[in-house]
Amino acid sequence: MSPDSSPLARPNYDVLAIREDFPILAREVFGKPLVYLDTGASAQKPRQVIRTMTEVMEETYSNVHRGVHFLSQTCTDQFEAARKTVARFIAARKADEIVWTRGATEACNLIAATWGRANVGPGDRIVISTLEHHSNIVPWQLLRDETGAELAVIPVDDVGEVDLDAYADLLDERTKLVSVTHISNSIGSVLPIREMARMAHEKGALIMVDGCQAAPHMPVDVQDLDVDFYCFSGHKTYGPTGIGALWGRKELLDAMPPYQGGGEMIAHVTFEKSSFKPAPHKFEAGTPAIVEAVGLGAALDYIESIGREAILAHETEVAEYARERLATVPGLGIVGQARERGAIVSFTMEQAHPHDIGTIVDRAGVAVRAGHHCAFPVMERFDVSATARASFGLYNMKSEVDRLVEALDEVAGIFGR
Amino acid sequence: MGVPLQARPAPTETMADAQRSIVDSFRYLEDWTERYQYIIELGRRLPPFPETKRIEANRMHGCQAGVWLVSDYRDGKLFFEATSDSAIVAGLISLLLKVYSGRRPDEILATTPAFIEEIGLAEHLSPHRANGLALMLARIQADSSGYQAGEVA
Repeated sequence: MSPDSSPLARPNYDVLAIREDFPILAREVFGKPLVYLDTGASAQKPRQVIRTMTEVMEETYSNVHRGVHFLSQTCTDQFEAARKTVARFIAARKADEIVWTRGATEACNLIAATWGRANVGPGDRIVISTLEHHSNIVPWQLLRDETGAELAVIPVDDVGEVDLDAYADLLDERTKLVSVTHISNSIGSVLPIREMARMAHEKGALIMVDGCQAAPHMPVDVQDLDVDFYCFSGHKTYGPTGIGALWGRKELLDAMPPYQGGGEMIAHVTFEKSSFKPAPHKFEAGTPAIVEAVGLGAALDYIESIGREAILAHETEVAEYARERLATVPGLGIVGQARERGAIVSFTMEQAHPHDIGTIVDRAGVAVRAGHHCAFPVMERFDVSATARASFGLYNMKSEVDRLVEALDEVAGIFGR
Repeated sequence: MGVPLQARPAPTETMADAQRSIVDSFRYLEDWTERYQYIIELGRRLPPFPETKRIEANRMHGCQAGVWLVSDYRDGKLFFEATSDSAIVAGLISLLLKVYSGRRPDEILATTPAFIEEIGLAEHLSPHRANGLALMLARIQADSSGYQAGEVA
């Protein structure tokens, strides 16, 4: 019996039917059925997203917020409906708390450039964690260098959990912002965001959360988490590239200066002075990624049609099965064993460099990520130059874990002499 | 220890012959497993890279495997030695050096590594950001331009 048809598999989660929604999963690589285990880098797209984007371009496309003509109105309605979908997806109070960005990277840069410049000065402190993606490190370094603020880093322990005692020590009246990931993209740790938000607020600091790996994986309720800013990328959420969302509490967004200048974000312009539209539009200069925004809305609808509790349960089952099976591969060591973890498994092998692991398993049709995962400090913390990473999405199956393990056995055979 | 870079002799075969003999040596390796096993073996036989040269300044910053490269210019020829923490990349380095090390800058600049395509491993040289090997080839070519233009004594 294949593991996917075991009686223990979730009865209501029809992974084979879900896979039918993703045309790319039917293809072969090097003559083998594709096993796509790189959803953490970018998720594949369901027909529902592809169809929606095609329909917009074929039937309703126009620029938004400008024309009086029929198409402009129609397209603006779709574009703003997608914003409402994002708001509902993360339980924001209002759609105008959602700012479209190019992705989470731009969201971090936007907060650093607007809220940061307005609120951070010499001697102030910004706190991040060791587990951050470079996109949640470098914008704060730039802000630090510009303002004379301090950038402090929460350490992690040997299993990859943030040290909350050390975190508490970093929080004081000088701390202006905490910016942390919800789930580590490199080793899968889930951070205790609600607790970290409470601790930050007690000291008067705000908290921003990079939700790239969490938004596609688990229910996210920004009000329940009680955070101040939250962002995620469309392409990791089964939507298109070039679009992402930043949520901020309305009063914070209203008080922030604009981001880039240009069309779309202004109320009135003379050569002496311009006045700006209210949030979110003041952060959205220029023609936005219209088709992509509507596509992201379709992706979130798709996720909700399956249900995030169900996705979480399924992905957890597959990822935990992977952790079990990988542990049986000779010479393999898993990096990151946090108690709370997402559907991401990072590993190294004694016999082979991660690049070589990735190269060999690719020939078996298995796509994994190999490298530093844009998280040099994590690699340094765990004393590795790189890892191989399998990351699971809502369409992955236990039988694909078996394919990975077979391919890794082959790696062990080729290198382990 | 192997022979230091400064004492390595120039190759006797031409660059074109070196490429041809690489393609020949792959001809009888039928499946990809054998090809990679051969490449890994070449990587293991790469002359040891001096630890003192394994420094940031000599590193190609690819996203995946680390690659370190140093050069020596003598008698009008450029000699290279390089290494990688990946066995596969080290093997491919061995092939690239067989073609490119100990050559005149003008020869280097006039030669594209056609063999890599012929042996079916072109993806390893695609100039995307993750690729330390592609960066190494770019550095070999940049060094050659520098010496050819007489910018570097």
